[in-house]
Amino acid sequence: MPEPRSPLGQPLDRADGVAKVTGRAKYAAEFAPPDLAHAVVVTSTITRGRVTACDTAAAEKSPGVLAVITPRTVPAMKAVPADLLPKGRPPIELRPPLADEKVSHFGQAVAVVVADTFERATAAAARVRVTYQADEPALTLEEAEPTAFEAETFVGREDLKHRRGDVARALAGAAVKLEAVYRTPVEHHNPIEPAATIAEWDGDSLTLHDSSRWVHATRRVAAGVFGLSPEKVRVICPFIGGAFGSKGFTWQQNLLAAAAARHVKRPVKLVLTRQQMFTLAGRRPETKQAVALAATKDGGLTAVRHATMSETSPLADFVEPCGTLSKHLYSCPNVEVTHRVVRLNRSSPVFMRGPGETPGSFALESALDELAVAAGIDPLVLRLKNHADRDEEKDRPWSSKHLKECYRRGDERFGWAKRDPKPRSMRDGNLLVGWGMATAAYPGIRMEARAKVRVTADGRAVAASAAHEIGNGAYTVLAQIAAAALGLPVDRVRFELGDSDLPFAPATGASQTTAAVGSAVTAAAVEAMAKLVKLATTDKASPLFGIAVDQLAAREGKLVSRADGAKADAFSDILRRAKLKGVEADATAAPGEEKEKFSFLSTGAQFVEVKIDPDLPRVRVTRVVGVYDPGAVLNPKTARSQMLGGILMGLGAALLEETVYDGRGLVVNPDLADYRLPVHADTSDIDVSFVNEPDRHFNPVGARGLGELGISGIGAAVANAVFHATGKRIRDLPITPEKLL
Amino acid sequence: MTPFDYTRAEGSAAAVKQVSGSAKATFLGGGTCLIDLMKLHVENHDLLVDITPLPLDRIEATAGGGVRIGANVRNSELAHDATIYKNYPALSEALLSGASPQLRNMATVGGNLMQRTRCPYFRNGFSPCNKREPKSGCAAKDGYNRSHAVLGVSEHCIATHPSDMCVALIAFDAVVKTHGPKGERAIPITDFHLVPGDTPDRETVLEHGELITAVELPAAPWAMRSHYLKVRDRASYEFALASAAVALEVVDGVIKTARVALGGVATKPWRAADAEKSLVGQKPGAPAFAATAEMATKGVAPRQFNGFKVALVRRVIVRALETVAAMK
Amino acid sequence: MSPDQDIDSAADRREFMEGVAVGGIGVAFAAALPITATADEPVPPARGPGQPVPVKLNVNGTDHDLKLEPRVTLLDALREGLHLTGSKKGCDHGQCGACTVLVDGRRVNSCLTLAVATVGRKVQTVEGLADGDVLHPLQLAFIKHDAFQCGYCTPGQLCSAAGLLKEGRAKSDDEIREEMSGNICRCGAYPNILVAVREVRQGALKEKP
Repeated sequence: MPEPRSPLGQPLDRADGVAKVTGRAKYAAEFAPPDLAHAVVVTSTITRGRVTACDTAAAEKSPGVLAVITPRTVPAMKAVPADLLPKGRPPIELRPPLADEKVSHFGQAVAVVVADTFERATAAAARVRVTYQADEPALTLEEAEPTAFEAETFVGREDLKHRRGDVARALAGAAVKLEAVYRTPVEHHNPIEPAATIAEWDGDSLTLHDSSRWVHATRRVAAGVFGLSPEKVRVICPFIGGAFGSKGFTWQQNLLAAAAARHVKRPVKLVLTRQQMFTLAGRRPETKQAVALAATKDGGLTAVRHATMSETSPLADFVEPCGTLSKHLYSCPNVEVTHRVVRLNRSSPVFMRGPGETPGSFALESALDELAVAAGIDPLVLRLKNHADRDEEKDRPWSSKHLKECYRRGDERFGWAKRDPKPRSMRDGNLLVGWGMATAAYPGIRMEARAKVRVTADGRAVAASAAHEIGNGAYTVLAQIAAAALGLPVDRVRFELGDSDLPFAPATGASQTTAAVGSAVTAAAVEAMAKLVKLATTDKASPLFGIAVDQLAAREGKLVSRADGAKADAFSDILRRAKLKGVEADATAAPGEEKEKFSFLSTGAQFVEVKIDPDLPRVRVTRVVGVYDPGAVLNPKTARSQMLGGILMGLGAALLEETVYDGRGLVVNPDLADYRLPVHADTSDIDVSFVNEPDRHFNPVGARGLGELGISGIGAAVANAVFHATGKRIRDLPITPEKLL
Repeated sequence: MTPFDYTRAEGSAAAVKQVSGSAKATFLGGGTCLIDLMKLHVENHDLLVDITPLPLDRIEATAGGGVRIGANVRNSELAHDATIYKNYPALSEALLSGASPQLRNMATVGGNLMQRTRCPYFRNGFSPCNKREPKSGCAAKDGYNRSHAVLGVSEHCIATHPSDMCVALIAFDAVVKTHGPKGERAIPITDFHLVPGDTPDRETVLEHGELITAVELPAAPWAMRSHYLKVRDRASYEFALASAAVALEVVDGVIKTARVALGGVATKPWRAADAEKSLVGQKPGAPAFAATAEMATKGVAPRQFNGFKVALVRRVIVRALETVAAMK
Repeated sequence: MSPDQDIDSAADRREFMEGVAVGGIGVAFAAALPITATADEPVPPARGPGQPVPVKLNVNGTDHDLKLEPRVTLLDALREGLHLTGSKKGCDHGQCGACTVLVDGRRVNSCLTLAVATVGRKVQTVEGLADGDVLHPLQLAFIKHDAFQCGYCTPGQLCSAAGLLKEGRAKSDDEIREEMSGNICRCGAYPNILVAVREVRQGALKEKP
């Protein structure tokens, strides 16, 4: 009997596809508890200082207004719990919103207006008159540099200080040397769904419909802040309209909604405006990165120095870990990586897709291109020459790494061999053509997760964990994993997620949902299967009675004897005879000793073609080829989509995106007209492919994750292509027309 | 939005009476600019008189061989109108380069004439802005002014006029027809918009309650050889960094008629009349076009972040003229 | 049933060429509207502007009698008043396209449209694209080509694409890209949306006699 095809590796349509194309998928703001009131946040118009007066009289008299909440009237809130992560303080604001009248950035929440309708709340919010005493703010990296402090780790997970060998000596004696400073601006996640919460109290129980990509943490935060036991809080989020690093832990809208609901004793909905998404929902910090590279005449790296300066807010400790890849992406005996941070009067930064890798790879991979030019070596050859065969930072082997294969296939698919290395040498009619490439990399990360699996007497199964559907395909891929482990067709498995009442899952971030939650799902499925096997093999009525466990396989909803395929027992029959509605198991999966034996890194090769009108120098990306090694690809259809998303966000960062703070610290482009996200017309031919080699050291399904791999290296690949097209090296993103005039 | 009443116009005269009768009333066309600014509380009105039911939605030939465009004609309809497409191609191109298909389905010709600036300090509702709140100052002059104007500025305002359509209209000598409390009038479009001077809050010559009923394009055979070129960061759905609507009539190898109008760089739709004159009698080609571009940007007043627009708009002018010169 | 079969069979339906069929799947929620003036609300100023007015909205073929302040946008009337939350609010200023709906068959941004201004017009939202349980060819093609990730911009993309097909002007890939540029997708599904729209357009063309 032929083995049925495993659901793993199949390009299945999304399990939530129909819900999403019919408008039935419900996002946080779309639940409708009775008597729902609407809250609108009033934000500061100064950058630093304090509120000296808040005149709420006109707002309170506005029609339909239920309350105007200020630091003086806000219900009591404690600090956000500081122990949300296994190690280290969470990099977010622990100060609850409206805790005091200090203003530390433009657009900070200073009051909340609650009214019976959205229109009335919005109009009344405009009638709150706030008076400030303004103090001198810290506005730029340069100004604040004397107060910089050194960062030791990134969320307790990754060392940010690394030294091996003697970089200074290697640089001093180098045959080829490159020193340059690269800059990246503040970027905003700008998911199209704004951060949103509906808060509803029932006595001292709190339900939050919240756009949270970590419902368990949001529950702990709300419980801690409002002094409740966690069981009293339920956080529900079946769909998130994009996150990209935002919407994790807690942001002010969920606590403000809960406080407002408690205050007015009605369910309250609070949705940030798009403008407020620029000051109340996280962002990527600005970076300034000094990179020094030294090499032998034939391009062998002898020194890498990567010194990063990034900024955080007065209210949170976040560092953009730009140098993490530089520690181990290439083979090099002398390496020095440091990170310094300054505090600016800006809103709090946080993770954004490829935190560190995105701006860091722009600097490192641009520098490598500059080194290749200086040494007269092809950029791809330079990278192959310096390939890291093992992790030289931790001095241990990679679990699985196929970067050379990515380079090889990318080279071929793109046609890199036809590249004339001379800048301005390639043309398409009047247009300058540039080809650039870069390496992509993102670590394999998985944290502890728990899942449950229930096989039911109708021959179906439900698997569940408090994971999140942010567009990652969690409903689809996690059901595939459960189906594979249970030997069930995937259309008979349903996955449940997005509810803090479900078993613990980590944040949907660090590209780990498939790896972390998928491992727990596999473990729970194995245990559920063990129960079924025991029922069958101890039941005299079963054709499988007495057969040893290791002689059984599960396929197509049946247990089957490996020796004799005719001997089979359907799950539904086993359960029916046992008079059970189902068997259920739950299990926790966490990384084990493999963590100390191997290093885990997903890699890829990015190739970009740009075309530039020399007189009207807007950069058009006409072709992208990306070849990636994220381990096993469990669903090529959704996996490809995630890579497209990473690439396109990378193109946005390379050419368009920049949050601008003016000389007073105001965000001057807080909307989607002036903060430029790529549109349809900005996209062209994108070719994504995978090496697809399972990483068996990492987890049972061999998948390291790919949510952030696609964006890594794109910025540099574009900048390198722009250099090739124009002869101009742009070291500060985005590459806007004026930089090429 | 602050609360307002809504009514549908029952005839132009009635609409004019309704709006002119109340200082806080205004006309509602497609709403793409007005509702946006009302949501920001930059504009507040007590009464919106919806003029879209008025029969001002026709595009028809005039006796003089030109075209009369009703004020309620939607941008998408005008852009795809066969006559406009053939006889005034730069207008079609300008319209299609603006906003998005959805917004073009909503926005009207009259509304587009009344479009207001994208200056972030005007829009944020609280920064000093002489346009929003006379005598409060101008935060843009020494603020972030990448998008701002280099032509037609004053010490009180450097806000850019955002329209694409108006740039083409001004190149074609359009005339704005209105119906106001004092009767009807015809306003040449060059006179319609005002430079800020010391009253940046006054953006057009319209009186309160004066309704735009139509725009007339005079007959202009040379307009068939016209082109609108727009440069922006994104490939679509973005306001111009610099744009130009140009037209050339070449007879016996010599330029007889020229039009150069600019967008994205000036405080009103900008007609570079001197530059046009300098082209007349010249042979089309790089030397003449470069000199014209130079002349069109005479008197520019760049600020900290928008200096690049001077070089950029010169190149836009040259490229647009080259494109038109190469047309059959 | 595979998505491919769905597309072929659905493309056979002639009414698809007419834009979108309107069915009786809209559900009336006229009662207990949160945005109506109700008895227990504080008494508003006696004669201030902006008092709620009766508004009859025709959405997806069903009439709804609402009482709305004139300042309520079509988007908020749909989402808050009728609980038709398929139309999305992404920016509320006409800068993202997530709120795109069809009014009298033309795509518009419902966030910049006053609900009261659509009285007497036919509004169609993503909830009205399917014919009962039979999905619109665009919906099927979006699923087949994975033309979305988080799904939040998707209803706007679909309504916009329906409008594009009805307009009938966008033919080449570049034209489709340009004509879909009023709908921003932060997840980066553009290449897949292009393939989906192109496929439906070509399928529809084949049907022409």
